[in-house]
Amino acid sequence: MTVAPESRIQSGKTPISEIIQRFGTLSIFLVLVVVASFWSDSFLTQTNILNVLRQVASSAGIMSVGMLFVILTRGIDLSVGSIAALGGVLVAYFMAFLDMGTGTSIILTLIAGGLCGLVTGAFIAYLKLPSFVMSLAMMAITRGLSLIISAGRPIPLGDNGEALANFGSGFYAGIPQPVILMFAVFIVGGVLLKFTQFGRVITAIGSNEEAVRLSGIAVPRYILAVYVISGVLASVAGIISSARTGVGSAQVGVGAELNVIAAVVIGGASLMGGRGGVINTLLGALVMGIIGNIMNLAGVPGYHQQVYMGLIIVIAMLLQYSTGSLKRS
Amino acid sequence: MTDLVKLTAITKSFGGIHALGGVDFDVRAGEIHALLGENGAGKSTLMRVLGGEMLPSSGTVEIEGRQIEFTGPSTARALGIAVIHQEFALAPDLTVAENIFLGELPAIIGWITLKKRAGELIQRLGFDIDPGATVGSLAVAHQQIVEIAKALSRDVKIIVFDEPTAVLATQDAERLHDIIRGLRARGVGIVYISHRLEEVFAIADRMTVMKDGKVVATVEASSVSIDDVIRMMVGRPISTMFPDRKSRSFGPIKLDVQNLVSGRLVKDVSFSIRAGEIVGLGGLVGAGRTEVARAIFGADRLESGVVSLNGKALRLQSPRDAVQAGIGLLPEDRKLQGVILNQPIRVNATMSRLSSVVNRFGFLKSKEEGRSVTALSDNLRLKASSIDAPVSSLSGGNQQKVVLAKWFYADGDIIILDEPTRGVDVGAKSEIYALVNRLSEAGKAVLVISSEHQELFGLCDRILVMREGALCGELLPDDYSEENLLSLAMTGEPARKKR
Repeated sequence: MTVAPESRIQSGKTPISEIIQRFGTLSIFLVLVVVASFWSDSFLTQTNILNVLRQVASSAGIMSVGMLFVILTRGIDLSVGSIAALGGVLVAYFMAFLDMGTGTSIILTLIAGGLCGLVTGAFIAYLKLPSFVMSLAMMAITRGLSLIISAGRPIPLGDNGEALANFGSGFYAGIPQPVILMFAVFIVGGVLLKFTQFGRVITAIGSNEEAVRLSGIAVPRYILAVYVISGVLASVAGIISSARTGVGSAQVGVGAELNVIAAVVIGGASLMGGRGGVINTLLGALVMGIIGNIMNLAGVPGYHQQVYMGLIIVIAMLLQYSTGSLKRS
Repeated sequence: MTDLVKLTAITKSFGGIHALGGVDFDVRAGEIHALLGENGAGKSTLMRVLGGEMLPSSGTVEIEGRQIEFTGPSTARALGIAVIHQEFALAPDLTVAENIFLGELPAIIGWITLKKRAGELIQRLGFDIDPGATVGSLAVAHQQIVEIAKALSRDVKIIVFDEPTAVLATQDAERLHDIIRGLRARGVGIVYISHRLEEVFAIADRMTVMKDGKVVATVEASSVSIDDVIRMMVGRPISTMFPDRKSRSFGPIKLDVQNLVSGRLVKDVSFSIRAGEIVGLGGLVGAGRTEVARAIFGADRLESGVVSLNGKALRLQSPRDAVQAGIGLLPEDRKLQGVILNQPIRVNATMSRLSSVVNRFGFLKSKEEGRSVTALSDNLRLKASSIDAPVSSLSGGNQQKVVLAKWFYADGDIIILDEPTRGVDVGAKSEIYALVNRLSEAGKAVLVISSEHQELFGLCDRILVMREGALCGELLPDDYSEENLLSLAMTGEPARKKR
């Protein structure tokens, strides 16, 4: 027999475990901020904070929302880094070589990113290929395509790209515009996840796909959708990268998928699906950004940074375990 | 005679449910001891304890008078206990010889000796199987021989056979019985679990009947009849378990199934159910009952046949089509197919009709949802702290009620219940029966699949019996008896009508 009380059922209680889970990533984030500000006086300056945010916005940040959706369904998308490169190259190619306007180029690029996600998602959702393998294939294909299109050389945005370049370096109310875009993506993502049918179903699919299917839900459509979203957001990240640097390069985003996955997992999402949230994912992405930033401030050489990054990810994960927010299931 | 094994006051509970409540059980050297009981009576759990696969919550295990502390299956193996499960524990890609000596393969494997020893073991069982053949290529009966040879490759004192003949044809079953009698003659203690009572009476020396996790009686086989044993197995006064139905009036035909063919296990099934009628689907495990349910629900591909609802033929390509047409399925495996364990009750309950809790922009109407799910769970007497509590925090019975709540919420015309009370304790069972009655009182057509015969007898207006993928008969309440049902399920003929 259970110990559940017989009282009238009502809604609105939050169990303690959930509170711990909710604040596990926050505590890692805060610890890191405190450590960083002791480490370097320049960490908590406005310029540096904005720099970190801009860094996050054009790297793991925006892509991590799409990755979170994918991981919630118990999938993985390894193609995001390469789709970002393709996005960056395509937007420059459209402007510089095909002489298209800014708006057209951006829209076509987003569509291309969405199409890549659509293909990945279709194979995973309808032909039941493992997401790991399918997205790995898409990762190779899109990286190859971006090298072919750019002929291996960076494409300058040119005159048509002026508006885009302005966006990359521009500020609104003292905040870099790409950062505003990132926050907008997180807010939309959070609303989608928390308050809509879509969010509820993808979380449920990750928890028990078969039960959802046997409840009469068209599961493949939702799985398809998360990969499309991931693809679109990856191309957004690529466009921002081109906007910041002024060129579209096929070398962008090599290994970015790993940082994005790390951000989502540090954010407490379960790779087994069904658990994760947008706010924690943002914190996870910021944690990744801050770690990189501290090492830059401390003058750690680039090659060493990768080693430390790996170690710090392990420590962050251990913290997640110890707070009970991460469980092997 | 000395006791080879003596289990005393064994208990085992899972999250508050007592699977075993103080069981005494013993096996003597050179006897065949049958263990009988309905599904869920605790036979398998008891044998897992004996095999060291599960540690008892309390109680003692003595082997040859010595008390044993199990640490795992290896303890049991070292003591000479072998359990041959229904599902064989063989590696299909390895050879017969490799399988037999798996677990004690020497560091440097002498293939030739190994094959020779394997061949000898099999020959001693009276069979001729190539020790070099891969196990996956063998017939089921031969795979079972490999399992037995594997057990005999060690110095074995006790062998447990869990439903060994369920997968065998009659001829093979008789050869197996000869082997078992041979083992008995060598002084091995044998535990024999089977649902086929006639077979049990032909082979067993003693019998222990279990029910609801307790031993009803241990008796000499010669001192009882089949009827006695069935009475012991069923035991409880049935009237108290099954609540009365308020009305028993049937409307027009709701569900009509014609010439259903699907997969390997559904060969040609036709039947219909009227509004307000509860129809049972009985038969042995593997007869194709679950597959019929899944085909009607669109979960498995329909190769041919027509499913009609209210006289209109449906095109079912997915569960989604079925749910939209008004069919609901409570699947046989609650945790894997029924509930979303780590999601709250409300998410589970409304998943079957999400359109009712979202506005036209896809946003959830939380307050409305909360109100209707709260009302529904009060109505179903769901015991939970809140509708936002994860389903994993509920007892098995209440989890099953969540699955039922899903279909109450969907409010379709047809509900298929596949093993509705599996893993549910006795009290909750009765409540679930009451809910099933309510579905029929609301004019829904209900199909109940169950391996618990008493459940079918208590709930259903008639019982269709399936055997090897086809319907082989129908029982009306006047004919309800264990014997009739089993006879139909096993032979396809009604019990003792002719001859």
